[in-house]
Amino acid sequence: MAFSKHNFRSNTLPAMTMAGPVTLWLAFFVAVPLIYVFIMSFCSIDEAYNVVFKFTTANYQRLFDPNYVQIYGTSLIVAFLTTAVCIIIGYPFSFLIARTTSKYKALLYMLIIIPFWTNSLIRIYGWRTFLGTNGWLNTILTTLHITSGPVQFLFNRGATVLGMVYCLFPFMVLPLYTAIEKLDKSLLEASSDLGAKGPSTFMRVILPLTMSGIFSGSIMVFIPSLGYFFVADILGGGNSDVIGNLIERQFQSGNNWPLGAALSIILILITLLLVKLYQKAGGDMESLGV
Amino acid sequence: MADEKKVIVEIKNVNKLYGDNHVVKDFNLDVYEGEFLTLLGSSGCGKTTTLRMIAGFEEPTSGSISVEGEDIHNKEPYERDVNTVFQSYALFPHMTIYDNVAYGLKMKKVKKPEIKERVTEMLDLVQLGGFERRYPSQLSGGQKQRVAIARALINKPKVLLLDEPLGALDLKLRKQMQLELKRLQKKLNITFIYVTHDQEEALTMSDRICIMNEGVLQQVGTPFDIYETPATKFVATFIGETNIFDGHVLLAENGRLHIAVEPGDFVVNGTDFISGDMLSVSVRPERMLYSETPVEGFNLSGTVKDQIYVGSVLKTVVVLSNGNEVKIERLAGQELPKGGRVYLYWNDGDAKLIHTFDNVFASAVENIVME
Repeated sequence: MAFSKHNFRSNTLPAMTMAGPVTLWLAFFVAVPLIYVFIMSFCSIDEAYNVVFKFTTANYQRLFDPNYVQIYGTSLIVAFLTTAVCIIIGYPFSFLIARTTSKYKALLYMLIIIPFWTNSLIRIYGWRTFLGTNGWLNTILTTLHITSGPVQFLFNRGATVLGMVYCLFPFMVLPLYTAIEKLDKSLLEASSDLGAKGPSTFMRVILPLTMSGIFSGSIMVFIPSLGYFFVADILGGGNSDVIGNLIERQFQSGNNWPLGAALSIILILITLLLVKLYQKAGGDMESLGV
Repeated sequence: MADEKKVIVEIKNVNKLYGDNHVVKDFNLDVYEGEFLTLLGSSGCGKTTTLRMIAGFEEPTSGSISVEGEDIHNKEPYERDVNTVFQSYALFPHMTIYDNVAYGLKMKKVKKPEIKERVTEMLDLVQLGGFERRYPSQLSGGQKQRVAIARALINKPKVLLLDEPLGALDLKLRKQMQLELKRLQKKLNITFIYVTHDQEEALTMSDRICIMNEGVLQQVGTPFDIYETPATKFVATFIGETNIFDGHVLLAENGRLHIAVEPGDFVVNGTDFISGDMLSVSVRPERMLYSETPVEGFNLSGTVKDQIYVGSVLKTVVVLSNGNEVKIERLAGQELPKGGRVYLYWNDGDAKLIHTFDNVFASAVENIVME
């Protein structure tokens, strides 16, 4: 026992040198901007839309504007739909790649990752080109006389959800994949051995043991889908705005930074609340990447 | 072996291949109702694969497996009247001990009050009464093992399959569980097919042992048969310690064989051999004798390399002229001087003669043993 616990603990210098830069980094790039946003949310603006440091709670009062409340509702519906679709498509898909003994397993996994290497904005524009009135899909449909004229695929809630699902699908698949991969094969054999058919094994063993994956996947899809304003912009065309659009508008065209800051604070609080709920439900923080 | 014992599991000409890897080779075995049969062999010998084929987790590449005369080839694991105790226990981590044990009965749609009664009874039987509300993660290895056994036995299977169930336990607990398993098996009178690589465990628990090597069945028999009359050189060396002399028969007449081995020759009783036969002679260390003067009929000598006291036993190592070492065990007595010359011999009947016509003959012997 040359290195006793005591010696190791009292030697704090290495710990400082290792944690120091990380702490500085976090303080500078996370804490400072957050505090800045928080302070700004209580600031006012003058006639020329300049931010002035005069305390007000008006920004928070404006959050209850019925127009805004309606957008919160739309945003939550879009987020729920996106999460639901991601689970419905993602679960069988994750199950397949996690359980396959095929040599293409790594390739299937890569197919999920590869689109990440392209900017999501560009990929969403890609969808717009594909689904547009003169897009590929409509050209094919009219050429084959399946439809008489172009179909309006874009600029509705469905298109927004489609774009969100497309962008956020990997965030559902990765935790699900991890949960299913971890599932001990002998548990499935034991279930079958004890007389359970496939559906029983799924409901009683597989689903409960992969629920953590569904939880973390849902958190990781639900939260960003409240904020992905560019998807709602490009594919939804202003017909299915999310909270992110609201915030973006205050910082851009609205030029009301304090209101945007207040909206951001609310979004952060919703996020924290959801993560807390997830943790309460026994969710594993590590699978959120925390 | 042709008693009125009823065959419950019949394995016929079973082969299993994974790609080019021939894991189980032309395997034949009858398991009798109510017996404790052990599949014994080192890792990779195909014993677990054989067990998994009976359970239905693997399909034989060819051949058939029947339970109570019915071919179970097309039956899924959940349709088979056999249950498995897994090496890793495979307890459902999200269920209480009660729910784990009740799982099989729930699947059979047994009524709730009956489930409760049977689970309680079964947990008492494995001495885990009062553990119903706990989760597997709150139990020790030995307790988990008991739950796994209870969960399988509650379904009253025709055959219980156990895949190295005690492998993860420490030695003391393992010894205790060995006796307990044997007690349970006797009490419930259920056929156990038990897989292990631990020969001592196999000798302690089994009614019969089936020894496998590289996918080939070597010998089936009672622990006594296996130890006393090994059918192959592999069995002789695998079960217990032994000294092997490879050689051939110089002369066979009047039930006496004159056998030449590399470092010498000797005369023993034996009828199954003719002049020129190749054979191996196996003599257990506790049956090997030595003398400081030449012994009639034996021309086998060496020098004492080492003598070690192990409690009441004196272990002696003698080096033969060809460099081979012979192990001798006897009750502690007078020590021999190191480097002294000794003459080896044994009593008639203590040497086991094994044909080494290689596999052709070995498999013939197996067939005789099985019939």
